[in-house]
Amino acid sequence: MTKSQVSKTKQISSAFQAALPSPTPPRGEGKVGTTRNRGEGRLGHWVLVFGNYLGFGIWNLGFIFLLLFFLIGVGCQRSKAGITVAGSTSVESFAELLAEEYISRHPESQIYVQGGGSTAGIEAVMSRTANIGMCSRPLMGKEKNLYAVTIAKDAIAIILHPKNPIQDLSLDQIREVFSGKIRNWKELGGPDHPIFLVTREEGSGTREAFQKFVMGKEDIGLEALVQDSNGAVRQVVASNHNTIGYISLGLVNDQVKALKISGVEPNMTNIDNGRYTLVRPFLFVFNEEPVGEAKSFLEFVLSPLAQKLLLKEGLVPVLPKLAQK
Amino acid sequence: MNLKEKIIEKIFLLIALSSITILALITFFIFEEGIPLILKVGPKAFLLGEKWIPSKGLFGIFPMIVSSFWVTFGALLLGIPLGLACTIFLSELIPPSIGILLRPAIQLLAAIPSVIYGFWGLIVLVPLIQNYLGGPGLSILAGSLVLSFMILPTIITISEDSLKALPPSYKAGALALGATHWQTIWRVLIPAAKSGIVASIILGMGRAIGETMAMIMILGNAVKMPNSLLDSARTLTTNIGIEMGYASGDHRQALFATGIVLFFIIMALNTLAIFLSRRRVH
Repeated sequence: MTKSQVSKTKQISSAFQAALPSPTPPRGEGKVGTTRNRGEGRLGHWVLVFGNYLGFGIWNLGFIFLLLFFLIGVGCQRSKAGITVAGSTSVESFAELLAEEYISRHPESQIYVQGGGSTAGIEAVMSRTANIGMCSRPLMGKEKNLYAVTIAKDAIAIILHPKNPIQDLSLDQIREVFSGKIRNWKELGGPDHPIFLVTREEGSGTREAFQKFVMGKEDIGLEALVQDSNGAVRQVVASNHNTIGYISLGLVNDQVKALKISGVEPNMTNIDNGRYTLVRPFLFVFNEEPVGEAKSFLEFVLSPLAQKLLLKEGLVPVLPKLAQK
Repeated sequence: MNLKEKIIEKIFLLIALSSITILALITFFIFEEGIPLILKVGPKAFLLGEKWIPSKGLFGIFPMIVSSFWVTFGALLLGIPLGLACTIFLSELIPPSIGILLRPAIQLLAAIPSVIYGFWGLIVLVPLIQNYLGGPGLSILAGSLVLSFMILPTIITISEDSLKALPPSYKAGALALGATHWQTIWRVLIPAAKSGIVASIILGMGRAIGETMAMIMILGNAVKMPNSLLDSARTLTTNIGIEMGYASGDHRQALFATGIVLFFIIMALNTLAIFLSRRRVH
């Protein structure tokens, strides 16, 4: 790895110098070659110049071969029977856990779990590159024609740094904070410090749910820091006293503090009795009613055992009996 | 024998051309996906618009263009003096025993994956900036600092190569005429190797503009126009990188359109590199 990287830099440098008139051309160049040879040299020159134009001086034989080997390798792996689950990064970590459990019971099966986002997951299912799509928002438009199963529900927690003295905000206050109307913790009864917002990127299921539940028609302030996963949001909030963000309740740990909303603590009881309202479905999406491996995985996910696992991870199970416990 | 060489030559030409075909295909695809959106939004609203809210159909990438230049400029401001000093030290002033250690170390800098640079910046630099300078920490300043380290190997290896390519007679002549070692370096060797040094800087700039992973981790990715070095920012590449996963429809096309802008910036940079280094020679 090290060696190839280094030699790449060297290649760029030599390719570049070849494309430029070298400061000291070797003496006698051009005198020896025949006309035809010089023509070919010029073609080579143009090839290099063109390559450099687009910043792709590194394309070369070895690289292509490497790519080929890699593709062949991937192809061989995938030919082993198995199903692919792709989509929302919010569901991904839970799906990985479920897949591990499932494989430990069915050692002959393979389940590949990939992230990418709710929309990407649905597109992957539609184009049949994935068997199951994970989605962390309600289906929209033509997506509704797909076969979707709610595997669990997830609450969204508004998170702060644990040292932030604020414990409780109303939905209206949270909206004003995220739309940039309230810019200092002082206005909420906290220390005199500017508020740094942390949000998810456009198109994220968590962001869409937050937008729907909290923001309504207001926009999230453009000055908000944008992170591309629940974990990254948590990391930023955990490392800065003045931030506020939102993530899946299941991913809240002791690095951050989940805010009460108008006095309602985000916990199983309050989610179940409907007092905590920031709750969204986690869906498994299929093209049609699943069969074979996909069906047996879905059945496993909906079984009491798997649902109990999800409950332990902080999600709200779809089996009503479990949720009450 | 001659025939065999010719065949080999042709095979290599074919392979070289195939890589360019791939390049042409990529280019075609980017333009095919991106152009319709630019036309739909209007080139002016796209390039100079200050609001990027894809869910509301607002695709203005001006803050990202500005941020890209801020971050790159900052990286060059730190990277060029550091890189050149290092080059001069490595090629002229260094005792050979240290060179054996230093050179591979610098080349190793190029081998470190950018995600490691990003992680280091996030864990070490960001809290420092947050504690001592204020702001969210995830900022242009942090991004520029990390980028300046990332472009060092590019600047150092290429400009050292161009210093080494100078005929030894330059140095011998200058010394023979009574110039000191420093005068020889500063007045003779550096000007003579200028084309390579300029090329190295522009290639470093290309790397800085193109860097994505580390910048996603460090810049904070806010879409607002940055007002200071301590503000969070989003560059053109991070815009694509961070939103790619979930984008569909117009939003996805807008990311390709961002790619087109990036494409033109890189083209302009490389043209500049070729033009500048040609002019110095004559």
